[in-house]
Amino acid sequence: MREFWELYSAFFRIGILTFGGGLTMLPMLKYELVEKRKWITEDVLLDCYAIGQCTPGIIAVNTATFVGYKRKGIAGGIVSTLGMASPSVLIITIVAMFLEVLVNHPITQHALMGIRGVVCALMLNTVLTLAKKSLVSPICVAICAAAFILVMVLNIPTVLVIVLAAVAGVVIDRVKGGVVK
Amino acid sequence: MMQTLTLMLEFFKTGLFAIGGGPATIPFLMEMAEKHPWFTMQELSDMIAISESTPGPIGLNMATFAGFKTSGIMGGILATLALVVPSIIIIVIIAKFLDGFQENRVVKAVFWGIRPAVTALIAAAVINLIQVSLFTEEAGKLLPRYKSWILCILVFGLLQWKKLKKMHPAMWFLIAAIVGIVFRF
Repeated sequence: MREFWELYSAFFRIGILTFGGGLTMLPMLKYELVEKRKWITEDVLLDCYAIGQCTPGIIAVNTATFVGYKRKGIAGGIVSTLGMASPSVLIITIVAMFLEVLVNHPITQHALMGIRGVVCALMLNTVLTLAKKSLVSPICVAICAAAFILVMVLNIPTVLVIVLAAVAGVVIDRVKGGVVK
Repeated sequence: MMQTLTLMLEFFKTGLFAIGGGPATIPFLMEMAEKHPWFTMQELSDMIAISESTPGPIGLNMATFAGFKTSGIMGGILATLALVVPSIIIIVIIAKFLDGFQENRVVKAVFWGIRPAVTALIAAAVINLIQVSLFTEEAGKLLPRYKSWILCILVFGLLQWKKLKKMHPAMWFLIAAIVGIVFRF
């Protein structure tokens, strides 16, 4: 029981102290799990992280489940994930309640219009970063272009685009005898 | 009741197919904004800003927010749970049965194919976002919001500067809120 509580509180701390998730979380995970608690070695953490990135879902959640599972089985995985999710649920619920009250005020509306402009700028920057990382060969560019046409012009559902891209990856890999290093 | 079930199903789907973490959930949330009366595209944009400036993984924050908008506090909790269930199932299976999962050839090929597609999906989502954030609709016509355009282009330009790239998104939103109020956006 005590160990479950420790798992929950460790991931609660990680959840509440990291902004942004993804890569920004790694130093925090390392400090809490490797250095302070010595639950896992740094190698295992990096493995968890690699698996977290190449499986569906939120990377932080995947890593939490993996570490929790390694320590206390399936229940450990669930408890760790709940610990990670609790701060989000608490904080966002409070923020959302405040926003409901404030949103119709003219000043809030002006502020939100400004923020929406910056959200566009930050998202454009995210796309640029992703494009640099993922469009590394002509075939990748072709897959990206095809996916873009499917979703923008033909209105194909997002899930279907992901499935088609996965199939394309496997087929191209077979045809070319290993495109992936 | 039906709405809550649909909500959970949509977030389960998102958890199962959103590959690449937080930003990858945005195309799915956009689809929800189009398909369901739960939240508007403008509200989605506000959700992105709030998720980025509060602690916790962005994907989880977005799920709580979207769930709350749809059916209150319970909605927020249920949407978040529905989002993480696929992760728990998949990760437990991989941890239990699949040693060297990330070295497997088929797995590598699948993710090799998916990554450029995710870039396309997010790019498409951003175009939709620009349509609702930087334009205003009047009599069926899209008119550009000039102040928003100037702010967006200015910030995008500044983001290419290495020193400012590291600045926390919350700082940008704070500046944007002040600019929005002062210049009456």
